[in-house]
Amino acid sequence: MRNSLAIARKEFKSYLTSPMAYVVTGIFLVLTGVFFAISSSTYLETSIGGFLQSGSIVLLLLAAVLTMRLIAEERKLGTMELLLTAPVRDSEIILGKFLGSLGILTVMLALTFYYPLLLMIFGDPDMGAIGTGYLGIFLLGTTCLAIGLFASTLTSNQIVSAVVAGGILFALWFIGVAANYLPEKLGEVINYFSLSYYFPDFVRGIIDTRGLIYYLSITALFLFLAIRSLENSRWS
Amino acid sequence: MIRVKNLTKYYGKRLAVDNISFSVEKGEIVGFLGPNAAGKTTTMRILTGFLAPTQGEAWVAGYNVMSHSLEARQHIGYFAESVPLYTDMTVRSYLEFLASLRGLDKNRIKTRIEDVVEICNLQEYIDVIIGKLSKGFRQRVGVAQTIIHEPEVLIMDEPTIGIDPIQVAMTRKLIKELSKERTILLSTHILPEVSMTCERVIIIHQGRIIAEDRIENLSSMVAGSKRIQLEVEGPSQKVTERLRQIKGVVRVRYDGSRYTVEYPAGQDLRSQITQAIVRSGWTLLSLESIEMSLEDIFLKLTTEEETNQ
Repeated sequence: MRNSLAIARKEFKSYLTSPMAYVVTGIFLVLTGVFFAISSSTYLETSIGGFLQSGSIVLLLLAAVLTMRLIAEERKLGTMELLLTAPVRDSEIILGKFLGSLGILTVMLALTFYYPLLLMIFGDPDMGAIGTGYLGIFLLGTTCLAIGLFASTLTSNQIVSAVVAGGILFALWFIGVAANYLPEKLGEVINYFSLSYYFPDFVRGIIDTRGLIYYLSITALFLFLAIRSLENSRWS
Repeated sequence: MIRVKNLTKYYGKRLAVDNISFSVEKGEIVGFLGPNAAGKTTTMRILTGFLAPTQGEAWVAGYNVMSHSLEARQHIGYFAESVPLYTDMTVRSYLEFLASLRGLDKNRIKTRIEDVVEICNLQEYIDVIIGKLSKGFRQRVGVAQTIIHEPEVLIMDEPTIGIDPIQVAMTRKLIKELSKERTILLSTHILPEVSMTCERVIIIHQGRIIAEDRIENLSSMVAGSKRIQLEVEGPSQKVTERLRQIKGVVRVRYDGSRYTVEYPAGQDLRSQITQAIVRSGWTLLSLESIEMSLEDIFLKLTTEEETNQ
């Protein structure tokens, strides 16, 4: 764990010294800010639903971009050799990288806290729904980062990593949409695997345990796959 | 300190290391010599846990590099050929990061950074971003990283490639100093480097060890014969003939100014040769024996290997 934290700290710092994190956070804030403003003024509602709905899609893209360098860059620069020959477990490397990117996600979401703050000043929002909404988008983000990190272990090319991550993320998101066109039973089963299926509940203020379990287990699954993929590189 | 047993590594179908075994004792400094793509880096990567062997086993500091990889890695300082560095970090934060990964606590990290920075002459550059350093300084940062946790075993893959001669000399001196208390396996394809720094050589070629001995022994082993060079005042044909008649002489060559006489190692024919020349009424101007250089050994071994195939 100590090693993971050291790696996470280093990763977080290198996010802050490269322009990538700033660009990503900037885009996230601009896009979600616009949707937040449009939805609150158009529907005259005191909720952050507009921000969350648009934010979720934006997050899929940005997570792929944020995570693409995590392992791929180390492979490209050869610094993977440093990490893999240090007395550190492969799982600690992956966990450290994951926590580092999670730090950026947390900062990114924390910077949106002024949306609910505005609502509180100018209206009387449902704080419960705001809380669950943030929980939902944080869980979704966590899952996206794990998938992106896994994609990054597959290649030494950051672009390939981002494309693969984007592919997996959008596939998992849109099978939920496709499921509506399938026979009812099959559609329902497919829905259970979709990233987008549980998200609206969180936005509405409901904490669905199935949703919690889904996001956490997909995160765990892809972190596990990332560890295996890293181990695999020793056997090349 | 390092023990390798029947190690084999395939990359897909390509055989990189072919059933090699060797060991390095505590305190020894061993040169790992071979042409490019001989399997040096692969062997070192297996020892450091970066790669898994296809077959065979290896131990470092008493720990099996596969089953007790973390413990083994804890005792190794590894200087990788590509000098992997995080170019967006300062020298200090880079060293801090690697020291903490190797389990050093905060205070220890601080004192060790001071130590290694002094050893590697990096004082002025400690807070400079690594990406802005020149190749030679990056090399030093790489060395600093290798020794920061005071490992018992140093595995250094071509540590003097691509730096200027002054730095090369510095690095060699540093390696010599480090070797007083540590076990070092040093790979290189620069031959003088080995004779300057190492006590023993392992020569690897096409994935196999083709020779392994102390440098002195190696030259006589490979040579199998002793060679001396003569300068004689006299008719060359007759001199050549007379030299050939001496008992034990295997071969005599005349290159226009000097005669090279070859005879089996372990004998000393120098007095017979001088006497023969003097008695024939010629004058012996000079006589010297020729040591086989590491270069000769290396070429002889690697080319023999190829002709055998």
